[in-house]
Amino acid sequence: MSGVDLGMPTFPDAARQAVRDAQLRHNLGRATSTIRNKRAAVVDELDDWEQLRASGAAIKAHTLSRLDTYLERFEAAVTAAGGTVHWARDAAEANRIVTELVRETGETEAVKVKSMATQEIGLNEALASAGISAWETDLAELIVQLDEDRPSHILVPAIHRNRSEIREIFRREMAGSGTPAPADLTDDPVQLAEAARHHLREKFLRANVAISGANFAVAETGSLVVVESEGNGRMCLTMPDNLISVVGIEKLVPSWRDLEVFLQLLPRSSTGERMNPYTSVLSGVTEGDGPSNFHVVLLDNGRSEALADEVGSQALRCIRCSACLNVCPVYERAGGHAYGSVYPGPIGAVLTPQLYGVESEDTASLPYASTLCGACYDVCPVAIEIPELLVHLRNRTTRERKGWFDRLTGTAMRGLGWVFGDSKRLGRAQRIASLGGRLFGRRGIGRLPWPMSRWTDARDAPAPAPESFRQWWERNRTGSGDER
Amino acid sequence: MKRSSHDAREAVLGSVRSALAGGQRGSADSIPREYRGRRHVEALPELFRERVAEYRAAVHTTDSAGAPETVLGVLERADARRVVVPEGLPAQWSDPVAERHDTLEDRPRLSTTTLENADAVLTTCTVGIATTGTIVLDHGPGQGRRALTLLPDTHVCLVAASRVVDDVPAALAELDPVGPMTFISGPSATSDIELERVEGVHGPRDLHVVIVGDV
Amino acid sequence: MRVALFATCLGDTLFPGAVRATLRVLERLGCTVEFPPGQTCCGQMHTNTGYHEQAVPAVRSFVAAFEGYDHVVAPSGSCVGSIRHQHDIVAERGGDRKLSEAVGRVSPHVYELSEFLVDVLGVTDVGAYFPHRVTYHPTCHSLRMLRVGDKPRRLLSEVRGIRLLELPEAEQCCGFGGTFALKNPDVSVAMGADKTRHVRETGAEVLCASDSSCLMHMGGLLDRQREGIRTMHLAEILAGTEEDR
Repeated sequence: MSGVDLGMPTFPDAARQAVRDAQLRHNLGRATSTIRNKRAAVVDELDDWEQLRASGAAIKAHTLSRLDTYLERFEAAVTAAGGTVHWARDAAEANRIVTELVRETGETEAVKVKSMATQEIGLNEALASAGISAWETDLAELIVQLDEDRPSHILVPAIHRNRSEIREIFRREMAGSGTPAPADLTDDPVQLAEAARHHLREKFLRANVAISGANFAVAETGSLVVVESEGNGRMCLTMPDNLISVVGIEKLVPSWRDLEVFLQLLPRSSTGERMNPYTSVLSGVTEGDGPSNFHVVLLDNGRSEALADEVGSQALRCIRCSACLNVCPVYERAGGHAYGSVYPGPIGAVLTPQLYGVESEDTASLPYASTLCGACYDVCPVAIEIPELLVHLRNRTTRERKGWFDRLTGTAMRGLGWVFGDSKRLGRAQRIASLGGRLFGRRGIGRLPWPMSRWTDARDAPAPAPESFRQWWERNRTGSGDER
Repeated sequence: MKRSSHDAREAVLGSVRSALAGGQRGSADSIPREYRGRRHVEALPELFRERVAEYRAAVHTTDSAGAPETVLGVLERADARRVVVPEGLPAQWSDPVAERHDTLEDRPRLSTTTLENADAVLTTCTVGIATTGTIVLDHGPGQGRRALTLLPDTHVCLVAASRVVDDVPAALAELDPVGPMTFISGPSATSDIELERVEGVHGPRDLHVVIVGDV
Repeated sequence: MRVALFATCLGDTLFPGAVRATLRVLERLGCTVEFPPGQTCCGQMHTNTGYHEQAVPAVRSFVAAFEGYDHVVAPSGSCVGSIRHQHDIVAERGGDRKLSEAVGRVSPHVYELSEFLVDVLGVTDVGAYFPHRVTYHPTCHSLRMLRVGDKPRRLLSEVRGIRLLELPEAEQCCGFGGTFALKNPDVSVAMGADKTRHVRETGAEVLCASDSSCLMHMGGLLDRQREGIRTMHLAEILAGTEEDR
């Protein structure tokens, strides 16, 4: 699957708006620096972090290299444990399967655990159009859903909202979909969380269908692992009699033992805790405990295509911890919405173009949404070389895109490449430039017309030196060997 | 739908196979595992106590003679009148509670409403993890089905000191995922509002871990 | 020691002062410096913008100019990073096995200035004198591609007369990012604004870094802000001696 237009503005356009939103910049700066520091503290505690990281990367790489085998093994294990496995080639197919599974139960509503996969396929919207209400139960997802907003962070989808904005959303919207917010609700996070508990409790106890994703799927045992904090995951996996889990095919790990690596890497990387409050492991159907009707939908949706790219497939190791978002200076300024995808930040910039192709302007702008500073790679718990991937995808973009601007840039780059291919050509170009430099003198250049205005609107530009180093060397060091 | 599902299965697996065609297929044996399988910990129960407490669970240390009194004290302070007692909880723990509280047994199965209205639940656990301050329930005897430790507002968990291990690898080696399992590190919490941690969202608001030294 | 100097296209054309300063430091420490005239550019701008095929001529000219030298030194963490970590990728994309082999022979001999001084020559005191308040920004590619660590700071701390001031959030990117500065000017400038704010907070007279490209961005912002803070390449501070006064 490729060539999907997400219908979003390009990254630079969206980021321009975000950068000007002072409230957003403040919310993001505060939140990301808090979580960055927490992560650094708990990672520093472990003297074998780099070894864990190397193992995490190797386990994922190994699994991907035998993904067909592990998928079949997982399917067999889930089936043996009383569950049913479905396969979905793309978003539409996954949505159709889930919709039909909900319909078979006769229910018209479902409670949902936060899941990137179901966001990716737009499941809530698909269910809504089939007359099924899907209630998000993660606090941040609830905020986003109530506000009909979009998530802007993998772990903390409402990171762009502050407490008083959240209070307003709760007061305005809760009544429309169930238990209203108390009239005297303040913006104290304790009170806000209490309001969410109250609002959702009724839904948990009433719901007969739950929809989840999974952080890990163990091929050996058919187990799904759901890592969370609030207990909404436990509620969804325990209370309703029907459970449907949508799981990306890259979520597999070979064996139970492999979790000893990921249950150390994930919480420390994502929430900056030694361990998250709750991790649920579900292995098929258990008589008398939890759902009796259990379905897993294995989702491809562009993943197998990404797998074919030797460099790009690294992105499929991602365990969605969001550490790369929290350290990314671009994410911190632009915010998650600018990436136009459910996967924002550095990992989004390498994942989204692979899942949806680079034919449209918006996805093609994503690999360029980075300074290649490399902070993301340093914190990635599965050592995805994000800067290298970004450059790789930029190359794919220049090869595949054929618009007029792309062709113009290509020609300019070829011309410049030709100049750099030969020192005599470069020398001639420098002599022309230094003539210009003499005109400007050594003062900085103020304002230039487009496209150089993109530099000089906020920054002075240096004038070319009146004499290049090459010219200086020729004058002083060649022939007679004169010293300065 | 059956039919198209089968097609999808073949299509996804086929697509995966063609993506992998010609590539290196690694062996699981070559995965480096140079991280610590065991972590040196001076005093396991002490670290466990410290780490559990850091996530704002209440920790109590006692021995088997003092445990009933400790549990009763916790229940009293929590003003817990109705206490859920799962099947298989040893009589030495459940009997003293039954003497002073209304105990609710899950046989026949307690209704959701009853669980929702219960004040506390008393369980054991399968293993405790010192480095992370985690208790793990495999929901076997003495731990009950998952809803029992989810709906009541207070969870009191007895942990035998001998069941405390150093870190995650040692814990997983003790566990067999044949049934559901829950790893619990502190009470339910959220950091979704400005990354500020708030305890007590959907799971129990209060977690009491009672470490029994001589069991 | 015989050393080949790689000026980098940016240093050669726009910042020859930094290259002359590099030359001066190396010669003062007893190196015999050559400037292979066939050199042009490392090709990083092409590579990092996605034009791998168009970067091939630059890579070809680089290995042709520097093959055979045991030590190639450049005053840029970013260019050296590209040479050591990307030339093989570009050569492979170009499909020229001979070029790939040549890259494999040449790139391990290429050093960023502070690496060369500290690791190869084994000096941290280069005999420099610079009686000013200086703050140092560790550029991303020297930090996270080359892992030069605190080598530049160690060199600076031995400079006589210098007052080295701690830059808050020093390891955060300045927002330059090559063509990023043009493709995403708003985010680039926002990052640069935070960086220059931190620079101003230190009270430094001079902002120092090991990459002329990042300095061009930060210096462009500082010049526009008219705060009177100068930018200088690490080599320019290390080149100064007491005799220059």
